[in-house]
Amino acid sequence: MASAPEPADVLIVGTGTAGAQAATSLRQLGFSGSVVLIGEEQDPPYERPPLSKDYLTGGKAFERILIRPPDFWRERGIDLRLGTRVAAVRPDEHQVVLADGMVLSYRHLVWAAGGRARRLACPGGDLAQVHVVRTRADVDRIQAQLPDAARIAIVGGGYVGLEAAASLVGRGKPVVLVEALPRLLSRVAGETLSRFFEAQHRARGVDMIFGRTVTAIDHDHGRLRGLRLDDGAFVPADLVIVGIGIAPEVGPLTEAGADGSDGVAVDGFCRTTLPDIWAVGDCALHANAFADGRSIRLESVQNASDMAVVAAKAIARRPEPYHSLPWFWSTQYDLKLQTVGLSSPGDQAIVRGDLAEGRFSIIHLRNGRVVALDCVNRPSDFVQGRGLIGCRPPDPDALARADVPLKTLAQAA
Amino acid sequence: MARLVVTTRDGTAHEMQGTSGISVMENIRNGGFDELLALCGGCCSCATCHVYVDPAFSPLLPPIGEDEGDLLESSSHRSDRSRLSCQLTFSDALDGLAVTIAPED
Repeated sequence: MASAPEPADVLIVGTGTAGAQAATSLRQLGFSGSVVLIGEEQDPPYERPPLSKDYLTGGKAFERILIRPPDFWRERGIDLRLGTRVAAVRPDEHQVVLADGMVLSYRHLVWAAGGRARRLACPGGDLAQVHVVRTRADVDRIQAQLPDAARIAIVGGGYVGLEAAASLVGRGKPVVLVEALPRLLSRVAGETLSRFFEAQHRARGVDMIFGRTVTAIDHDHGRLRGLRLDDGAFVPADLVIVGIGIAPEVGPLTEAGADGSDGVAVDGFCRTTLPDIWAVGDCALHANAFADGRSIRLESVQNASDMAVVAAKAIARRPEPYHSLPWFWSTQYDLKLQTVGLSSPGDQAIVRGDLAEGRFSIIHLRNGRVVALDCVNRPSDFVQGRGLIGCRPPDPDALARADVPLKTLAQAA
Repeated sequence: MARLVVTTRDGTAHEMQGTSGISVMENIRNGGFDELLALCGGCCSCATCHVYVDPAFSPLLPPIGEDEGDLLESSSHRSDRSRLSCQLTFSDALDGLAVTIAPED
């Protein structure tokens, strides 16, 4: 077992948006110690959002979704090591053990390992024609099979499933989407937005089945035949894309004693309960001021990037706590959804604009305060609505008047 | 090959060779300028690729789109030279284009 002679001043695990930004921020802050950035994937840091959009459609080549040019890391003195998986963390020794048995020592560890796409546990869920959309390699495998695929089934009506449906239905192949719950986007959106997206996808030819789970994927000598559902129905398909969320990649930390369930717990500076170990991005369970202080994980570019900056500042001894307004986007067809803030079931929802025209916003209020806006093709509401988050509008009905700019209401509130 | 001149937040101007047919944002990113976050990757969903464009080049640029204008409004550093660099396609006609990375919001 070889041991690195000198500990890395900062060892960052994970080459997604969070890991890349942590390394970049350290250098921007003038941190001159050694920075080692390791990740399981074979590619240098790239953007994940296009994987279900422009990269899946072929509209953008891989080089165009790189977060930084390939030489950037070396030029900034960041030691990027790809194809490297962490098997265990030894917090007392300040060491990580890699899958190949090699040991790396660190002074500070930033855990930015994100999550692993959940797969179907049913028989056939591991067939070669059953895909997830989490990494470039996943999408490259889909693309390699697409020319031979006659019918596509998508399992899961979240953002990834819907974006994949939008990217693929245009290719003239039948697409059917199976969702276990009674509506789309149930984890992140209210009923109105769910029904709007359902209608949009149906109008463009995506078939939808709700309230059903997949019990098996049938094949004939390795050739996919289709999905068997829990009501006995059979859905023919020869290529399956599964978008049923991620499982946070935190095993080595929790096994080493870090607090957290469904994620690793961090404080306001992204510190875990283990000494000198930070966690950022999708896997970081944190008390979020925009979720009434509840402990949540946020799977978003905004959260990954902003948390990375928080951890880098803490390590560079310029600590500033995490307090970022969450925002998200999704593009499906000609529909640009932009969300700011966090809504929950039970919030009051006010529709502003015209659903039929596909240009509207849904404003969510809790106890009279604006907590979130979902804006479809209304970027002005997205921009101006930021100023409304946390405000108590004196006249909530005015929010519904699409011709009244939200900034005037933000000033009044 | 057309040139692009990028001024970073410390006021230093850097000249680089631009690639035609991709956005100014992608060119700045390919040039290794890490001050430009460009979080949404160029789909005009955020405003983190905000630059100021030398007014001499304004006549050569497409007008500010509705979405772009709305998003620029979110910046407290907007000026009459402001553009989202993801919305500007670089080309040989823009040889010498000078942009300054806007302060962080």
